[in-house]
Order: sequence, then structure tokens, then C-alpha cells
Amino acid sequence: MITRRLDNYGKINRDKILSFRWDKKIYKGFEGDTLASALLANNIGIVGRSFKYHRPRGIFSSGVEESGGLVTIGSKDRRDPNVRATTQELYNGLEASGQNAFPNVNFDLAGINNFLGRFFAAGFYYKTFMGIPPFEWGKGTAIWMFFEKFIRKAAGMGSASGLPDPDSYEHAHDFCDLMVVGSGPSGVAAAIEAAEKKLDVILVEQDSLIGGDQLAENNFDNSQIKKQLENLGIKIMTRTTAFGLYDNCVVGLLERVTDHIAAPDVNIPRQRFWTIRAKHIIVGAGAIERHIAFNNNDIPGVMTVNASKHYLNRYGVLTGKKIVIATNNDSVYETAQQLSEAGANVTVIDSRTNFKIETNKNYEIRKGYVPYNINGSKKINSLDISKSENINKSETINCDQVLLSGGWSPAVHLLSHRGVRPKWDYHNACFLPSDTKENITMIGSSRGLWNKNDCIASGIAGTTDALNRLGISKTNYFFPKPGGWKNPIQPLYEVKYKKSRSKSFVDYQHDVTSDDVRLAHREGFISVEHLKRYTTLGMANDQGKMGNIIGLSLMAELLNKEIPEVGTTVFRPPYTPVSIGALSGRNVGKHFRPLRVTPMHQWHIDHGAKMIEVGLYQRPWYYPKENETLSDSYIREATTVRKTVGICDVTSLGKISIQGPDSNEFLNRIYSNGFSKLQVGKARYGIMLRDDGIVMDDGTSWRLAENEYFMTTSTGEAAKVMSWLEELLQTRWTDLKVNVTSVSEQWAGVSVAGPKSREVLNNCVDDSLVITNNNLPFMGIASTFLKGNIPCRIARISFSGELAFEVYVKSDFANTMMDLLWKNTKKYNGCLYGLEALGALRVEKGHVTAAELDGRVTIDDAGLSKMASMKKSYIGSAMRKRGVLKNNDREILVGFFPTNLKETFNAGTIVCEKNNIKGQGIGRITSVTYSPELRHWIGLGFVKGGLDKWKDTTLVGADPVRNKQMNLRVVSPHMIDPKGERMYA
Amino acid sequence: MIRINCPYCGERDHSEFSYGGDATINYPSLDASEKEWTEAIFFRKNIKGFQFETWHHSNGCRMWLVVERSTVTHEIKSVKPCHPDLQKVVENNK
Ligand SMILES: [Zn+2]
Repeated sequence: MITRRLDNYGKINRDKILSFRWDKKIYKGFEGDTLASALLANNIGIVGRSFKYHRPRGIFSSGVEESGGLVTIGSKDRRDPNVRATTQELYNGLEASGQNAFPNVNFDLAGINNFLGRFFAAGFYYKTFMGIPPFEWGKGTAIWMFFEKFIRKAAGMGSASGLPDPDSYEHAHDFCDLMVVGSGPSGVAAAIEAAEKKLDVILVEQDSLIGGDQLAENNFDNSQIKKQLENLGIKIMTRTTAFGLYDNCVVGLLERVTDHIAAPDVNIPRQRFWTIRAKHIIVGAGAIERHIAFNNNDIPGVMTVNASKHYLNRYGVLTGKKIVIATNNDSVYETAQQLSEAGANVTVIDSRTNFKIETNKNYEIRKGYVPYNINGSKKINSLDISKSENINKSETINCDQVLLSGGWSPAVHLLSHRGVRPKWDYHNACFLPSDTKENITMIGSSRGLWNKNDCIASGIAGTTDALNRLGISKTNYFFPKPGGWKNPIQPLYEVKYKKSRSKSFVDYQHDVTSDDVRLAHREGFISVEHLKRYTTLGMANDQGKMGNIIGLSLMAELLNKEIPEVGTTVFRPPYTPVSIGALSGRNVGKHFRPLRVTPMHQWHIDHGAKMIEVGLYQRPWYYPKENETLSDSYIREATTVRKTVGICDVTSLGKISIQGPDSNEFLNRIYSNGFSKLQVGKARYGIMLRDDGIVMDDGTSWRLAENEYFMTTSTGEAAKVMSWLEELLQTRWTDLKVNVTSVSEQWAGVSVAGPKSREVLNNCVDDSLVITNNNLPFMGIASTFLKGNIPCRIARISFSGELAFEVYVKSDFANTMMDLLWKNTKKYNGCLYGLEALGALRVEKGHVTAAELDGRVTIDDAGLSKMASMKKSYIGSAMRKRGVLKNNDREILVGFFPTNLKETFNAGTIVCEKNNIKGQGIGRITSVTYSPELRHWIGLGFVKGGLDKWKDTTLVGADPVRNKQMNLRVVSPHMIDPKGERMYA
Repeated sequence: MIRINCPYCGERDHSEFSYGGDATINYPSLDASEKEWTEAIFFRKNIKGFQFETWHHSNGCRMWLVVERSTVTHEIKSVKPCHPDLQKVVENNK
């Protein structure tokens, strides 16, 4: 192929010279070039090596369907692999390199794969992997293991940088009445018609310029059109791809904001991911020219006819010197004429024998001929042609370029995303969009219209359709009939090579040949979906935009069916690849998910806390002194709580205000234990079950007044419990007069725990009489004031097993409360304690948390049978008695000690019988800690049959993940102070 | 993306809502038998076509809604509050 830039052609800006780097050498291009046009202008024909066979590959197209010119752009952390050179705009300093080749695309060592082709045929991976002959069953796997890394290195595309992405991305949203996809003649006509009818219109165009296929016309100027669209108030989004259509006319767009800029402003996102909610969508996405399968149809220099027209008229690049155009339809003749006028020697071979075309005869037309074989390897030397009647080499034409047009496929992809199957049109040899009830209208060549005037008419009809469907007008309209060529197309998908071992490519990007399709058929893959997966036809990132129809036609021939009987593959989003960065938008790093902090978050950090994530919440983990490790710290903290006093932030607990005359009845129905007799001024621990009898959550409810309660839930289940209460009140018990309000954010809570906790509080409350043992007994509550006139709620609730209080103030007072409590805690040599110490204290005491209540555990499993009332019915009361939840074999909550008290263990350890260490064992350890009180490691967990069955038996803890094993003793989960004497002190 | 026309908030993306379940179940009374409860919570029709289902506007007004939606096309025919009294209020305000 000999490509060169012409002086009098193209719409590039020749005043602005851009230099770029291709495979380490510097070249020049112009503003307005794509990387592909600039490479062609520099006569660079080979831009990559193919996926499996490492065959040299050139540029096949001028757009998104590109399946050869995939390159890597940028370097280091900005390296972006598999970019289509045909859509990458050139900028000054652009760095690009060829892919899948070593040392480079011109001389690639792995090119030897081309000669080992028979081993890389369809199903190669499956066969080797599964161990099908030539390898023996079962042995293939080992062979695969050995060769995998070589094969993976040899086959493939560009490689990712492996470094964090330095660019930013964002998500954006918009609404409109009408979304028009594509700015060709039909799309522009539709948009103008709609804007004139007062619709709010967004027009999206994947190209940098509006105009669609008109950009390949030599005298096309889009500035007038642009002005008109803008004057009508149409929002034009260029460099923006509508990659997917979703329910209710929602469109996903990818806007490439800075991919064409040499040194983008760092404050601007690289790409924007748009969600547009439209009322109606008009798709004028154009059509894609197909190639033809024949031997060596992938040699650099092969291109679609329309692409060469684009390169000539848009970029001023003549793509060949001696050009052969092979076709089966009328669409190529205008291009043939222009190419020859531009100075190329052009021959058209047309498979049809009987047709009429107007031409000025400065190029040759050979009727009844088809391409048979290309001679050459890195470039085209000549083309063997055959008579279409009798396929065999008849003569050879010397040339450096072969342009192909095997027909046109309307871009029905977006409609296909909505599950609308296209229908086959025999007359035009293509799939046409079917009708849909949704508010989507296909226009232009997307509905198989080949003439510009028909396209414009269809755009106006499309908008009328939209107006009718939106109920704005009731106007009759009609769409032009599909087609528009003077002579009918003659189906031509493959020209069979007579010799064996042909390389006749159906899917360039995935190196799928027509022999692969036949092999798959011989091996029994007769469904098109299976064929696709077995050969990987159409599964590369171009989704087979050029080759799918050829694959279908081959299958149809093999099955002795027509193409529509074989079916079509369903296109799924995205139409063109969307970067992961754009999908994640700003939700990366710290912003990956929302961060919840308690109002005293900074206070903890100022007081030396190390924080840990619990769900979305940041909570103090431990407060190390000087060189303390995590264990040093939490053991000291827990010991201090047991000895004197400690304070701990419990704000993350869910908090719900329950009000109304039926509140008591409501609580009595949702908790498994009785609440009807709970007096004003008292709190109660309660367990909620799900409908199916499994534990949902545990928490407390405080009766503040006759008809008002304050409920706390666990941190993790807070949102779920709130939704559940709302569901019950709004859907099931609609007669109950109860209102629930989440007040989690409104109250800040602290647990003051330890034998000296009352003394600490005495110094903090206005009136210390309120918290005496008489006035505030265990589970008593008080609404009172902290010093400084701060209203607070205090409940005598203990999670640690010590004398303890939970104190709540309005969130605004959180820091004042912390200062006050901490000042007085220090007086008693108390400490701040974090989640790790909290965990140690509760495990010692046998209190369950989310680690135990994992959605599989019943009230009985958790050893809390006493919490299930016998006197009333409640949610889950019937279902908790069903057989499977009552059988003797269930895993019951127990405590675990290592038999050798010097040993440690981890949560997740599987509990087994001594001589039967396998599978899921007979239980599991869910929580572990070092017990400061007992001075050895302890655990909570479950074992089949519970304590009674195993108390005298040594069991084994198996921890295959950490390669550990230890003997275990099963004990009561209440490992310290089982009678609760301390809590009641 | 499914768009749900909340009677209180207007048309919103489904990502603002949480799916509930079958809106046609009559939950038995709390003292009903295990058998009745089993029927109510474990047996579901797998409807192809329109069905009534509950959605919670969890990132909005927090109301539970009955949505009549096609399981085939996601087309939504109607959206109403679950609570019968609120249904009346919404009806009267139309
Ligand atoms: Zn709402």
C-alpha cells in the first residue's frame, strides 16, 4: 500500500502541524487528523499484529467498527490499550504504539503462530484446557498449566498499565423531550423538526464533528448546520457516544472530554458518563460497511470502500496507488470515481453481471468478478480474482490496495439493547430494525435507507412519530422504503478458496476465519450463540460490527438454511467500549462509598484514636498509648473497664423514635419478648425475628412516656429495621396509630462502663440523685441534664457486663459531653475504649452481635430461648417452631477455650470431632479475643448439639486457611460473671 | 433504568427505591398456623406479565408503594401508596 497526503483534498487544518510519536519515531500530522489518517498520510501500513496468529494488520475502516487498527495510546500510568486509531483524534505530542508484537509490529517474533495456525483454530482453548485429544483426557489441564503463561502472552491485545488511573471522571445527568443519536442527514433533520415543534432536544454525535457520513463528501461544510441547530436551542454533544439504551427511555452516554487534548486542565474530567432521561429517542446511527471473506483478506492495504472515501475527502489522504475495489452493490461507484480523479488507478470488480451504472469511465469495471486471494504478506502485491459463476483463480491484478464492500449493515445495536430483534431483509441483504412499542424511532441508514433524501425524509417522519407518540400531535407520516440503489445488491459473503488451509477472515479482531466457523459446525456447534462463544466470533471489543453477518451467512450455508432462520446475535451495551474509570466516576478511593462519622469523630482522633470502618461508619478501634500495639492497647482498655471505668462511643447504633397510641401494641408484635408490661421510665432488651422465624436484629426500647419510645438497633441493621417498621405500618398493620422516625443522626451516645461509672456520672449530671441505684436500677432510664444545662437521656444498660450507663445527648452537644465525661473518667484512672476492647468485653460476657446473628440463627440457637414469649404471638412466632428450626442437630451458641490455654485461634475456625476433621465440621468459631480477665484466648461460636453434648469432649479447631489446628474445650458462652452480679451493682 | 412515578415525589430513577416483594399477599394473623405462614412467605407465583409489587422510596419520601409492573417489559401501569388511607388521599387530590 502506498498512501500519501494530497494537497487539494480534506478538511484538516494545514496551518496547524502536530507532531506525534508512533513506535518511538516522530511523525507529523495536522489538526483534524485522526491517528489513523496521520499514520496513513505517513505511509504506515502495518499498525498491529493480530490476536492469535500475529499476522500484520493495517487499518480497515475510518470509524468505530475498526477491527485492525487497535493501538496503545500514552505511556506509564496514562497508558490506554486497545484504542481505535480511527477514532483517536491527533494532538501534539501524542504517543502511540502497536500492540501484540515483539519487538515491533513490522518484525514480530511470534509471527510464527501464523504457521502453527491449526493449533489455534476454533476451540483451541477449550480443547487444551479440557484435555481433549491430541492430549489425553485429564492430562490437558497440566499441559495448559504449563503453557498458559506463554499462550496468554502470545495471544491477546494491548496490556493495561497496572497503575492507578491518574485521571478523574465524573457522572452527569440530564433530561430532555427528545434524544437524537447521530448527526447525519437524518438525525439533523429530526432534531430541527423537533426543535421547531418546541421540543427540548439533545443531539449526540460520537465524532468530533457533526455531519455523519457527509463528512466523507468533498465539499461538505457543517458550519451552517451547526449554526442552525444552535439557533434552535438544540443541545449538541459531540465526542459523545450513546453506548446503551435502557428502560423508560434512559440513555447512557460517554463523553470524551479531554482525550483529544495534548495537555488537559487537571481540573477537567477526562470522560463524563451521562445518564439522560428522555421522553423519546430517535436513533440515526448510520450503517456499517461489511467486508468480504476470501483468502488473505487481512493483508495491510485492505480497507472498506467508504473508509477510503473518508480518508480522501475528510483527511486528504489517498489510500492507494493502484486500487482494486471489490463489491456486490452500487455504493462504491462514487468513491471509485473520486479516487480515480484524485490520481489513483482504479479497477472495480463487481460480483454482479447484469447491472447498469453511470460512470465517466476513467476507471475500469469488471462485471461478474469476485476477489479470490491476495498475494503478499506485509503488503499487497496483487489480487487474484475469480469469475463469480465459477470460483477459481482466473487472473491476477497488480495492485497495492484492495477496497471491499460486501454490503451495508444498519446500526441496529441500540434498538437491540432493548431486546428488539431485527428482521432480515432479503432485498437489501441486511438486518433492518423491527418496530417497538417503546418510544424509540429508527431513522436514516439505521433503517436501511441508502439515499440522502430518503434519510432526511425519514428524520422528519421520525420526529412526527415522536410527536404523535408523546400525544403532542396526530399527524400522518410515512417512512421511505428501505433500499435506494438502482441495481439490487447480490449477496456475497465469502469467496471459498480452493486450496486447503485458507486464511479467510470473518472477524479480523479475534482472528476468526471461515474455516473456524466450518470446524465449529463439524464439531456440533449449530446454534449461533454457541458458535459465537466457541469461535469467539464477534466477541472482541468491536462486537463483530463488520463480520457478524458473514459468520451468520456461513452458518446458514452449512445448516442449509436462510440467514434469518439461523438467527442474529443480540447486541448488548456498550456499543463501543466504556472505560472502567468512567463507570466508577468519582466513586473511587475515599469516595468509593459514603463515609459516616459520629459527631465526636474529630474528638476521638484528637484523643489518639485509631479508627476502623464498621459498615459505612468510622469508629474508634483503640486508643494506643506511646508504643502500644493493638493488642497491648485493647487489653489495657478492657482491663481498665473491668477495674475502674471506661467510655466508648456508641453513636453508630440505629435510633428510632416511636410515637403514637398504638406504640406499645406495635412493639409487642415486633419483638419476640413481652413489651406490654414495660413501664414508663424503663428500657428493655428485645429481639426481632423475621417472618420466617430467624433472628433479624436485637436492641433496646426505652419507654419515655405512655405513647413514646426510643428504640436502638444494631449498627449494621439500623437501615433495614427502619424500613421494616415502615413496611409493617404502611402495608400490614395499617390500622395501628404509630409513627416511626429515624433519629440516628440526632442523638450522640456514649457508654460509660465499669465499677466506677456511677461515680463518673455523679460528677457529670446536674442532679446525682437521678442516677442512684434506687432511682435508676438496672434497665432504668432517666431524662435529665448534664452539667452546663445539657439535656440528656441516660439508660442503665450494659453490654460489657459491668455496671454501665448509656448517655445520649443531641448531636450538637457531643463534644461537650465527651469533654465532660473524659475529664471525670480520668479522675478515676479510667480510659477511652474502642471497638476492639468493646468486642473483648462482650465476648467474655457471651453477648451476640452481627458475627453471630448472621441471618441463619434462631433465638434458640443463640441461647436466648427465654426471650421468646409463650404468652403472645409476634412476628416469626409461628415459623420459628417449624421442624427444621427445632431439630436437635442445630448449631447452638457456646464458648470455646483452647485446651492448651497458651494457644490462640481465629474467627472462622471450623470445629470438628477429633477423628473426623473434614468438610464443614460440626460447628464454627465466630468471634475470638484475648480475655484480660481469664488471661487466655476465648471464643464464641456454634456447635451442633451445644454445650450439653460436648462439655466433656475435646474437639478440634481446624483453620485450613491459616494452616492451624488446635484442641478446643466447649464452655458456657457466659465466660465471666454468669449471674450478672456486676451489672446489678 | 426503570422510572417510578412516586405519588409524593414525582418520577424518579429506580435506584432511589428498594424493591419489596409481592404486593398481593394477605399476611395471616400473627397467631395463624405454621402452614398458613408457610403459604404466605414461601410460595410465590412467577408471573410473566403485569404484577403488583411493593417498592419502598427509601432514598426519597420513605413511603411504601404498590407498583403495577410488567416483568417482561418493565412497563409500569400504576403507582399507589400501600396504605389504603393514603391511597384515598392521593385519589382525592388528583
Ligand atoms: Zn417518594
